[in-house]
Amino acid sequence: MNTPMAEAAIYLILAAAAVICAFRAMTEARILSSTIYLACVSAAVAMMLYLLGAYQVAVIELSVGAGLVTVLLVYAISVVGDDASDPGPVIPRPVAVGLTLLTAVMLGYMAYSLPTKPLTGRVAPLVQALWKQRVLDVWVQMVLIFSGVLGILGLLAEGKLSHAKIGRHEDNGHKTVRYVPPTACGLDPDAARAEVRGKEKETVHA
Amino acid sequence: MTPLQIGLLGVLGLLGVGCYGLLVTRNLIKVVIILQILVKSAVLALVLAGEAAGQAGLGQSLAATVIVADTMVAVVGLALAVQVRRRCGSVDLSAISTLRG
Repeated sequence: MNTPMAEAAIYLILAAAAVICAFRAMTEARILSSTIYLACVSAAVAMMLYLLGAYQVAVIELSVGAGLVTVLLVYAISVVGDDASDPGPVIPRPVAVGLTLLTAVMLGYMAYSLPTKPLTGRVAPLVQALWKQRVLDVWVQMVLIFSGVLGILGLLAEGKLSHAKIGRHEDNGHKTVRYVPPTACGLDPDAARAEVRGKEKETVHA
Repeated sequence: MTPLQIGLLGVLGLLGVGCYGLLVTRNLIKVVIILQILVKSAVLALVLAGEAAGQAGLGQSLAATVIVADTMVAVVGLALAVQVRRRCGSVDLSAISTLRG
């Protein structure tokens, strides 16, 4: 087997692995398994990036995509629970398949009409492109990371007022009344959880 | 087939899976996972386009920016999912929506 054929075979295997793992991540019943498949997609994409010569991007993709995001997903699953109950799509599946195929065909048609031969001229390396031509992107990345951290602190922090209300218990004769503040979805969390469990039991019996 | 064409096929496959998943999935955490798949196809497409156009550095720098932005989207989306689960007891997008029409 000559070198271009072997190279094409490696690309083909990596692309197929990425697509298959992505499909499994979408269809898997457990979210934890979906997370593992997502890490596999990230690893396959990182290997393709490395073979394409994008070494720095491959390292970032592998460390962030397969590492950080997987850890964050596992943490979220440990808090939320591995509940992948997905009550059917809003739109019919044949319509979704048709729309997806239409999008892929249109994008493929446009992408294959692009020039595939490298243009002649000086090619700027990544360092020069990132720190001189796209320096605004670097600043935007810093702002994004900073705002992301602030957003996480704001989202994961318990509100002082609601926390005080949740923690307040009043003695009403023999009973202890616990005040539960109204939620954004208009549901009492305990009632909502009980409703979810009831639906799950109905599904099992059906 | 050249590596660029094979990579483009992979991009289209990932994009198709992501689009279909976004249309049929209502679980908030799974939506975050599917968004990750979509962005991986975008990163690969940027690097491939940079290679094809002879501006590899530009494509790679844009891909790095997209990876950072995507990570922030995942972080905020997961934090949102945790809060929604705590307050509503569910991560079903249709259950937590207050819009009825």
